[in-house]
Amino acid sequence: MTAAVRGASRTGTSRAGRTGSVTWMALPALVFFIAFGVLPLLGVLGLSFTRWDGIGAIHPAGFDSWRKVLVDPGLPHALYVTFLVMILSWLVQTPASILIGVFLASHARYRGVLAVLFFIPLLLSSAAIAVAYKALLDPNFGLGAGLQIGFLSQDWLGEDKLAVGVVVFIVSWQFIPFHSLIYQGAVRQIPRSMYEAAEIDGAGRIRQFWSVTLPQLKYTIVTSSTLMVVGSLTFFDLIFVLTAGGPGDATRVLALDMYKTGFQANLMGPASAIAVILVLVAFALAIILRRIGGGGAADSQLEGA
Amino acid sequence: MATAVTTDVGQTPQVRPTRSRRRRRRGRRNWLGGLAGWLWLVIVLVPIYWIVITSFKTQANYYAMNPLKPSTSPTIDNYRLVIDSDFATYFINSAIVTVGSIIPAVLISFMAAFAIVRSSGRFMKSVNGLFLMGLAIPLQATIIPVYLIIIRLKLYDSLLAIILPSIAFAIPLSVLVLANFIRDVPKELFESMRVDGASEWVTLWRLAFPLTRPALVTVSIYNGLAVWNGFLLPLILTQSPSRRTLPLALWTFQGQYGVNVPAVLASVVLTTLPILILYAIGRRQLLSGLTAGFSK
Repeated sequence: MTAAVRGASRTGTSRAGRTGSVTWMALPALVFFIAFGVLPLLGVLGLSFTRWDGIGAIHPAGFDSWRKVLVDPGLPHALYVTFLVMILSWLVQTPASILIGVFLASHARYRGVLAVLFFIPLLLSSAAIAVAYKALLDPNFGLGAGLQIGFLSQDWLGEDKLAVGVVVFIVSWQFIPFHSLIYQGAVRQIPRSMYEAAEIDGAGRIRQFWSVTLPQLKYTIVTSSTLMVVGSLTFFDLIFVLTAGGPGDATRVLALDMYKTGFQANLMGPASAIAVILVLVAFALAIILRRIGGGGAADSQLEGA
Repeated sequence: MATAVTTDVGQTPQVRPTRSRRRRRRGRRNWLGGLAGWLWLVIVLVPIYWIVITSFKTQANYYAMNPLKPSTSPTIDNYRLVIDSDFATYFINSAIVTVGSIIPAVLISFMAAFAIVRSSGRFMKSVNGLFLMGLAIPLQATIIPVYLIIIRLKLYDSLLAIILPSIAFAIPLSVLVLANFIRDVPKELFESMRVDGASEWVTLWRLAFPLTRPALVTVSIYNGLAVWNGFLLPLILTQSPSRRTLPLALWTFQGQYGVNVPAVLASVVLTTLPILILYAIGRRQLLSGLTAGFSK
């Protein structure tokens, strides 16, 4: 790293002084980002080969942590829950967001009002949302119990399948409005002439949706899905406050698995190994979605327009 | 959420007016979409409504009456209980952490973005690439080494411990958005500054700063929201109650008063209120800034 930096900055300064005079302006950001972004990223790999309880000295431990993590049935389970939540929340959010987005795009009058109200859940912290829903869903004191509707007063957070469903619902509650607004903007970019042409060809509204709107939204779907999928790896706050991974391990996603292993069981080595897996999953997903999108975000934007 | 804003946030303000002028009218109504839209609005609003009205009920009142009816004799006792539980301290902590991270983060990101746009060197290209890579790093995955670094710096259990990593994690997205915005500044303006003998440092503040102000505000709001609502860093890097930020306080408050639903909900309302007020003031900026980038 340092060698590359030194070599590169030399070529920078030699360039008639012009570029040299701005290079230093990037340094504060670079220093911060390396200290608390790049270094920890490398550090987590390093720590995965050590034994550390979080307080005392750090001992090198070779592949111990990795062996421990890879044979632990907790890992495949955490991966399973992570992907389950990811896929379910994508399946719920995407069709609903497209539908609402298309609606918002064609009804300008309501759009302003809806946009204002739709954005509120996005402003709340995940902790606040989780605290509120935990109270709301309480089988004895919550909304369902108060209304005395049997269906609503189930033990939502006490049963495996229900708890996963609740997580997916709350995530959708928080983010469908946001994705709807993304789709709304994209739908309004579709040239009117395409619909006119489709109408001349005798296509009905539903046919128009499938043949014009949806294909034109392709790149927006990729962008929105990328945000959903990568974002789903960061549901830590919500799940931690809502269920703490429970009941049992039903909602113990990868990030939660890492936290509990590291900061509750004081096994920083294995926790670091889990963190490395989390990083790999995130990078792999980012690359896969980029492939599906057919190139970088910039390209897709141009092609989509 | 939303760790990546795509490349064209910068161009939106110029595009906006023309876009809204050519509003499209569709002949027939989209019943299915309309139904979904309004239904979802109800789903979004009912919990919020319930939170607000319940926070004004007494505990006895809450168990006795229909949960969806507002109390006939509203009380602010719940809010008093929350405020008496040191919420002022947590509020100040959150404010210090948010302002203390966002101002430096945006300023150094702005400088870096300017350097990236103004320099054609290979070094700057790789710096830019490094920041872009940062967009894909999930914050949680780096938390253990961050914790180690904070301990070694002897900053554990201080507000600075939250501020330093928050700055670092705000940088990638801020640089991306700001660089795109600075790129839209006409080259001739930079050239005329240079002819007038202005240094790059002067050009940065006299030319680029005023012209990128909308993007600076958007980036500040976006990052501010993320830091204000942040949970993981305070959870791991602080310990004592006097260093608690609001989201963490909410969590411990529920642990303490879990059965007192109205009080718990009052704490939710109280921690959200400042953001809602800011939202009411800066709504346009926030909405256009956050969605515009994705919708082209």
